[in-house]
Amino acid sequence: MTILQTKGLTKKFGDFAALDGVDIEVGKGEIYGFIGPNGAGKSTTIRVLLGILRATEGQATIFGKDVWKDAVDIHKRVAYVPGDVNLWPNLTGGEVIDLFIKLRGRTDKNRREELIRRFDLDPSKKCRTYSKGNRQKVALVAAFSSDADLYILDEPTSGLDPLMERVFQECVMEAKAQGKSILLSSHILSEVEKLCDKVAIIRQGKIIEKGTLHELRHLTGTILLVETRQPMPALSEMKGVRGIEEKGGALSFQVDTEELDNVIRYISGFGVVRMESSPPTLEELFMRHYEGAGVGGVS
Amino acid sequence: MEKQFFAETASLSRFVLRRDRLRIPIWIFAFVAATLLIAVAFTDLYQNAQERQAIAETMKNPAMTAMVGPGYGLANYTAGAMMAHQMLLMTAVVVGLMNILLLTRHTRTDEEDGRIELVRSLPVGRLSNLVSALLVMVLVNVLLALITGTGLYALGIETMNLEGSLLYGAALGATGLIFAAITAVFVQLSQNARSAIGLSIGFLLLAYMVRAIGDVGDEAISWLSPLGWILKAEVYVNNYWWPVLLTVGVAALLAALALYLNSIRDLGAGFLPSRPGKMHASGFLASPIGLAIRLQRTGMLAWAAGLLLIGASYGSVLGDLESFFADVDIMQEMLVQTEGFSLTEQFIPMLMSVMAIIAAIPAIMAVLKLKGEEKNERVEHVLGRAVSRNRLLGSYVLLAFIVGFVMLSLAGLGLGLVGLSVMEEELALGMFYRAALAYLPAILAMISIAVLLIGWAPKLTGLIWLYLIFSFVVVYLGGLFQFPEWVVQLSPFGHVPRIPIEDMNYLKLLLLTGGAAILAALGFAGYNKRDIGR
Ligand SMILES: Nc1ncnc2c1ncn2[C@@H]1O[C@H](COP(=O)(O)OP(=O)(O)O)[C@@H](O)[C@H]1O
Ligand SMILES: [Mg+2]
Repeated sequence: MTILQTKGLTKKFGDFAALDGVDIEVGKGEIYGFIGPNGAGKSTTIRVLLGILRATEGQATIFGKDVWKDAVDIHKRVAYVPGDVNLWPNLTGGEVIDLFIKLRGRTDKNRREELIRRFDLDPSKKCRTYSKGNRQKVALVAAFSSDADLYILDEPTSGLDPLMERVFQECVMEAKAQGKSILLSSHILSEVEKLCDKVAIIRQGKIIEKGTLHELRHLTGTILLVETRQPMPALSEMKGVRGIEEKGGALSFQVDTEELDNVIRYISGFGVVRMESSPPTLEELFMRHYEGAGVGGVS
Repeated sequence: MEKQFFAETASLSRFVLRRDRLRIPIWIFAFVAATLLIAVAFTDLYQNAQERQAIAETMKNPAMTAMVGPGYGLANYTAGAMMAHQMLLMTAVVVGLMNILLLTRHTRTDEEDGRIELVRSLPVGRLSNLVSALLVMVLVNVLLALITGTGLYALGIETMNLEGSLLYGAALGATGLIFAAITAVFVQLSQNARSAIGLSIGFLLLAYMVRAIGDVGDEAISWLSPLGWILKAEVYVNNYWWPVLLTVGVAALLAALALYLNSIRDLGAGFLPSRPGKMHASGFLASPIGLAIRLQRTGMLAWAAGLLLIGASYGSVLGDLESFFADVDIMQEMLVQTEGFSLTEQFIPMLMSVMAIIAAIPAIMAVLKLKGEEKNERVEHVLGRAVSRNRLLGSYVLLAFIVGFVMLSLAGLGLGLVGLSVMEEELALGMFYRAALAYLPAILAMISIAVLLIGWAPKLTGLIWLYLIFSFVVVYLGGLFQFPEWVVQLSPFGHVPRIPIEDMNYLKLLLLTGGAAILAALGFAGYNKRDIGR
């Protein structure tokens, strides 16, 4: 079941197209990773989804309802954590959390206390005194203590320490276990890798890649680390081999899946001493797009 | 050592000037243009000594003294004396306001938003920010003084000689400097820009009122107020320079105090205590309007106290006014018999219109707060939850309306209660209250125009303040200059019946309210259609 869907979402600020035909789809019980460099359009997409910005073109629906026209109804079932959490300097964290919970309509008080403890937040301090991480905790506590069906989280961990990141990840997994859906924007790849079922990569307002993590890795092949007794002269000329690097006497390189068989056959002729294979990390996947080397342009 | 404190002050000053390269010239131009235009208008309107002398007679009463200060040279009311008497104080108050706003903008506001932290991470002295802001204020006030002074002289009006004109400018500049310095102190004391501005404006109003009480009653009291000093320059009459020197000297001391306080405090900290916070929100803080009230509570309470005080101080003058006219039989007959109203009654609408315009300020602030929330990216927390845009904007409008109502009530009741207690004349308290509340539709109109701007041109919301200043000029000066009726009616305040000398006109007020409602509806429509964000 589709919880959130955009079709050809375009947002222009004057002449500048911040979003250019964004299509994403989040299903029920899914954690959807939305990754891209700074200024790619993640927050803009999310603001359109919240009915705070109005799309120039395209459609966006949440729970099958239009995000602009039915914003209030949708928001009763959505919890949102903005990327830059700006709070009221003269209210305390506790007051803000209560306010946020009340503004959503549904309340769950016990969750609040538990989350404040888990996130190690002092709710009696004024927001003025909070660091970025603490302001984020306020927003996270308010979000996770609400009984929402969809969580929209915009780079929610950019100010948290590793310990708190763990707590955050637990909260996300608990929500997923309860069948909730999550849209998680991030540029922290390990986080997305750990949590997400599906990923969309956005760059300069365009989705350049999307699918399950498995599918995306498939696209980019396998990383091999090989040490042979004799040198492999023609390796760099072989079809489907990329990014050869010397690593302590061994060679590391990436092989496209359809060429894997040929490459292994070739290598085996040189006396293999050591061979390790690993799926590419999201990082490698990501870098390939960042470098602008072209989407699939090399192979 | 010096480097520790003042490194890069000059480049920071240039940076401040660059950021305000439009704002500062606009302020100065506005002051100079207004001053020169009014000087010319005075000489056009009152072309000979007899006409001026007739005006001088009407000025000789406590209500006028309370409003514009004691008159010097009333016996020989030259164009210069008239200008200094009727315009200097009011202009000085607005100059003070400019200094408060500009100085806070470049000090506490920047600090609160974390920009000073960035600057301080560079090889910049600890006091460089405050010093550079103060230096810019010195430049602004000196320029204002010189341009106004030479401008007035250049008009070639006979009684406005060079010395007097320069002193007129210098009086304005000195007032500006002392309020810049006072603001610099408040900026150290309070931890955020809003309360720094609130305290400074509060001090400005207090200075105005203390001087009013002193000028009408015991002159010694006027010495407590910097605005009282400046009037003792007796510009264009005796041209004393010492009040200017006194003011500048005290300003320098205050600036030194501010620098000292700045040097011993942490970045981001203040001296006024901040109470420990609550773990839970009260039941009150559970809706957009609860939030709107909570955010503005302190400021609004201060405004309420201020308006009550203004009403009360004007009221305290009414008694003096009466006894004053009792002594001057001829005047009484001349003015009273024509209208069938006592002079006190004729002054009430004028006092009321000024108070209504002051009461409009917190009402407009209450609704514009929503714009500030948007700019600080806090509106999305609310709209991101189950709150519609209509409900959000509606909450702020409702609050603004209540604020306007309360402020008018307090001002009217303050005037009435204190006035009745000091007067012999029998007037009904209800009349005072009605005279005040008649202005509610006008305040409503101002709120609606603010809503219209929030809905369609959020970047231009500042225009509402220009419109309020325009309203003040036509309503306050309209009486003096006998502006054509249509000019006065360009302001919503110009449509309000002047109770008690005019009858209550419900139709007019209803039309005004209707117009306001239409504008507000348009504003809501715009707010529902536009993007939220900076
Ligand atoms: N209100 C706005 N007006 C103009 N440009 C904007 C506005 N908001 C965002 N942008 C631009 O749109 C692009 C995408 O921004 P954003 O969605 O915030 O990126 P991300 O969240 O992925 O870092 C950026 O180039 C940004 O400068
Ligand atoms: Mg972002």
